Amino acid sequence: MRRLSTVAATAVVALLFTAGPAFACGGLIGPNGAVNLLRTTTLAAYHDGVEHYVTAFQFAGGGGQFGSIVPLPGIPTKVERGGDWTLQRLIRETDPVPQAGVRLEAAAASSAQVILQVRIDALDITVLKGGGKEVGTWAKDHGFRLPPDAPEVLDFYANRSPIFLAAVFDADAARARGQSIGDGTPVHITIPTANPWVPLRILALGKTGSERVDADVYLLNDRQPTLLPDPNANGLSLQVSEPASASLLKDLRSDKGMGWIPQNAWLSKIRIDAAASDLRFDLAIDASGRGQPSLRDAGLAPFGPMQPPASWIGWVLLLAAVGLGIPVLGGAYLARMATRRMPPGAGA
Amino acid sequence: MRPVARRAAGLLAIALLGAAVLVAVLSGTSSASPMRIQITIHYSHYDPSRITVPHGVPVTFVVVNTDPIDHEWIVGDAALQQRHRTGTEPVHNARPTEITIPALTTRETTITFDKPGVLQYICHLPRHEEYGMVGWLTVT
Repeated sequence: MRRLSTVAATAVVALLFTAGPAFACGGLIGPNGAVNLLRTTTLAAYHDGVEHYVTAFQFAGGGGQFGSIVPLPGIPTKVERGGDWTLQRLIRETDPVPQAGVRLEAAAASSAQVILQVRIDALDITVLKGGGKEVGTWAKDHGFRLPPDAPEVLDFYANRSPIFLAAVFDADAARARGQSIGDGTPVHITIPTANPWVPLRILALGKTGSERVDADVYLLNDRQPTLLPDPNANGLSLQVSEPASASLLKDLRSDKGMGWIPQNAWLSKIRIDAAASDLRFDLAIDASGRGQPSLRDAGLAPFGPMQPPASWIGWVLLLAAVGLGIPVLGGAYLARMATRRMPPGAGA
Repeated sequence: MRPVARRAAGLLAIALLGAAVLVAVLSGTSSASPMRIQITIHYSHYDPSRITVPHGVPVTFVVVNTDPIDHEWIVGDAALQQRHRTGTEPVHNARPTEITIPALTTRETTITFDKPGVLQYICHLPRHEEYGMVGWLTVT
């Protein structure tokens, strides 16, 4: 049965860039440090075992090359230009702007292994496979200055899924194409995966501990989802949780490449307002309906690669043997000593 | 003294003499070579972040950068660190107290501190100091 399990939209509402060269947009920043990416909006959709990401970059002026890096739960099979109004329509659904007479159509806004490379408008998209060091080295070799927290954050993701998408935004090309400030370029990424998750920690990349991460996450599920961590703690707040309206689903379905949107879904909106130092997790979504989102997908499992079960089972057995062996041997020794000290004929 | 006891005493004397020669050779070697201290950079932090060295003797610092990004190791007093906070030199190679360690590489530098004091070593690449790339060096 084809069904939609999850649709998530992450709207980074205030990713403002200053001239400081260490500011990053979801991961990478160009060497000249000029302000040009005002806001990054991402849609992640899960349908019939396939996750769809739609990311839009808004051009805010400046020159040179800038980019973003997005951790992915699996290897994408397709990267293409995304729909024109999907993200805006989701935002409009939960944060309607009272503008009488505005028609919907008007809302359309303007050393790792390289797996896939695509050029979309002024964006160069590269899908990479590799560990944190490899992806970091690739980024460095391609002229990007990673912030100081990048080594740890890249490892945080690579230990779960060594797939990253690097999007390089060529501001000069955007200007040459006639793109105006505020114009967006949506990108649709199709990723087959068994377990969807929404990368949140990457939003804090390049920020100091006290800086805020301000974002909106939209989810569409077949049923009311179970999330990890608690969507009403740790800087998260669940603001909308209700059946998606038929008009929303119809509008989304009518956008380019969004024909898979089902007839019914559950809409959730999670507001993120957290200090960068607190946002050290992702959002795991149980797509099976069992109500058991993965600790590992949320980034809450112990840091580091998963160990083979045999390794810790061996330790458990060893500890059990020691724990049981000492009392048993001790008891046997004491019993023997007691027997030796008994006078002849004192036994029962 | 019995022959067996005499033989044992002889062997003990030879062993003690050998040990004395070995100690003399090793102590002579160590006094000729600089003290070596390894500093590992991992996840944009120095390890160790507190070091004590004597003044007046050469000390070789071996700085290992395990990160896929470049780092700096700049040691000096507060005035020097303040100058570097607004500095524009992209790469440091000219002075032994100021080195750049490219991603995933190791650099060595030998310094003789001329007087006791408390210095800091800091990476002045953008935001690295804020992130915690700071260490303290006590010269005794």
